[in-house]
Amino acid sequence: MLEIKNLQVKVGGKEILKGIDLSIGRGEVHAIMGPNGSGKTTLAQVLAGRLAYEVTGGSVRFEGKDLLAMRPEDRAREGVFMAFQYPVEIPGVSNAYFLKAALNAIRKYRGLEEIDAMDFMGLVQDKAKLLGLDETFMKRGLNEGFSGGEKKKNEVFQMAVLEPKFCILDETDSGLDIDALRLVANGINTMRSPTRSMLVVTHYQRLLDYVIPEHVHVLVDGRIVKSGDADLARNLEKHGYGWILEEAPRPQPARA
Amino acid sequence: MTNVAVALDAKQTWIAEFASSEPDLAGPAWLRPIRKQAIARFEAAGFPTQKHEDWRFTNLAPLLRVPFKPAILGRPDGVLAERLEPFSFGVLKTSRLVFVNGQFSPRLSYLRPLPEGVRVASLAEILRNDPGSVEKDLARHAKYEDDAFVALNTSFFTDGGYIEIPKGTVVEEPIHLVFVSTSHEMPTVSHPRNVVRLGARSQATLIETYAGWAPDVTFTNAVTEISAGPGSVLDHYKIQRESESAYHIATMTVDQDRDSNVMCHSMAFGAALSRSYVHTNFHAEGGSVALNGLFMPSGVQQADNYTRIDHAAPACTSVELYRGILGGKSRGVFNGNIYVRKDAQKTVARQTNKNLLLSKEAFVDSTPGLEILADDVKCNHASTIGQLDENAIFYLRSRGIDEEAARHILTYAFASDVVNQVKVAPIRIKLDQLILSRLPKGAGPGEGL
Repeated sequence: MLEIKNLQVKVGGKEILKGIDLSIGRGEVHAIMGPNGSGKTTLAQVLAGRLAYEVTGGSVRFEGKDLLAMRPEDRAREGVFMAFQYPVEIPGVSNAYFLKAALNAIRKYRGLEEIDAMDFMGLVQDKAKLLGLDETFMKRGLNEGFSGGEKKKNEVFQMAVLEPKFCILDETDSGLDIDALRLVANGINTMRSPTRSMLVVTHYQRLLDYVIPEHVHVLVDGRIVKSGDADLARNLEKHGYGWILEEAPRPQPARA
Repeated sequence: MTNVAVALDAKQTWIAEFASSEPDLAGPAWLRPIRKQAIARFEAAGFPTQKHEDWRFTNLAPLLRVPFKPAILGRPDGVLAERLEPFSFGVLKTSRLVFVNGQFSPRLSYLRPLPEGVRVASLAEILRNDPGSVEKDLARHAKYEDDAFVALNTSFFTDGGYIEIPKGTVVEEPIHLVFVSTSHEMPTVSHPRNVVRLGARSQATLIETYAGWAPDVTFTNAVTEISAGPGSVLDHYKIQRESESAYHIATMTVDQDRDSNVMCHSMAFGAALSRSYVHTNFHAEGGSVALNGLFMPSGVQQADNYTRIDHAAPACTSVELYRGILGGKSRGVFNGNIYVRKDAQKTVARQTNKNLLLSKEAFVDSTPGLEILADDVKCNHASTIGQLDENAIFYLRSRGIDEEAARHILTYAFASDVVNQVKVAPIRIKLDQLILSRLPKGAGPGEGL
């Protein structure tokens, strides 16, 4: 579904991703782990289409198409979804208005009829309940005054409504208490299917106790230095990133 | 000609105009000395220049260079009722008085059933038939002594709306005053004058629409005087949609008695140069006022907003919220002045002005102001100028919404605080449509910001 080859990215002139190779098959869940500053969020943002990131080399193909050539909105319409680490607050735009506009933009792109207000409410109700979001939530401003946990739930809720083919979850567990974490994890697991792939970006093992990935990759200094199965995540939780940093080959001299 | 010479020249023209037209201006005997005093004040002070503190950001030279003529009296107005349709509010039922170039048009006006004692009429008619009822209000609230445009209006006005709500009377349906400014070959000027009196514990909704069509060159110099009796409630809307070649200067003065509750909405969309001055005064305790403004110039329009809230009595509350959305090469001004006098203890005053620049060439001057002489008050003010948040645009795009729609959604959202203050749903819907219709098309990353 997603083929990343030798992806190199600069941010503000600084090289952040130094050649990423990653292949994610249909229905697979991959986790990217790594210490702070390793480039995890950059990878997520580049896949979603953030303009401030300069791709200096490599390629990303999504279902055979050149993902990097697409505008962010077209990536979404093709089925790519990123749950933001820091969702944006937009007062004055209700969650309902926003989500209906997004859903209809995607449906239109796929040649489907626009959904009307009644059908839309029917569609979102069950999914909101699944994530413990109450009825008033849809009328409130988009993420306006939401707690950290509510914002993360809203990201997963949007994902559930938009039903993307490929989900990127950027630090979706950060800032969640255990109850919220369970709800969010349950929301994510409900969406797992043989046709939907996921990339879970996280610093900690916590979310991966609930959303168990098939593959785990460790990102250090802009490169994937180790790949394995779910056990790798558990080892990282137990022993930290230190042992990987020592074990990993360092083709460049250490910085002063 | 320099701007000073232009102002001087225009001043002489107006004074000569007054000398020749004064004998023909209708009105009761007591009005003549008021008109003469007003023109004398105008002659003494002249037009303000940009050296005046309150006119620093407003260059009047383009207005003063135009040789405006009053629309010919008695001439059939020729405005078709259909042309006014876009200025109505969908399903909203209102009484409507229409004035074309300052003259009342019975043909375009209609009254709905009104509660007993309510008077909704043309001011000219009241001055003809019952001038005594307006004597205590006309030129008593809006002070011509220190304002050239109020002085000119006082000297020259012939007509406008007269509204009187008796005490204890609630008028359910809004009253709509429509001022149409049109011109043919010659640029025209009009000086609408409105007088509104709300009796004790009365309630009314009043809409002033200023209408016109490109490419008409017109100058509308309007004055509205409102006296809000004890415990009265007024919901006032001024919606300015004149020709984008028009000049529009409007002054509104509100004198509030004990426990009165006034909302003044001011929405500016049209005119090449517009200036709205809203001036409210608390004369007795317990009053509240909300000034709620939106200005949305684009192209080369300039939209200026001056407000002054005078807390002359204790325990009154003012909440001011103005938002500017500026596109193209437009300019805007917000100048808010809240004055809390020494005895006005327990005053609550909040003032917020936020501005959104949709292009790199748009420009706004925001000058919030609080002057507080009392010591037991709660007052604050805030002012911001910014662009659309690129993170927010990306967030919307990442959900499949295209860039233009994302920018529209965010711009519209920016106006929503002000629009949501509008209590009358059909007016709110109309404002939504006006805002959406004025959003820039096709603003991509290369254009705009």
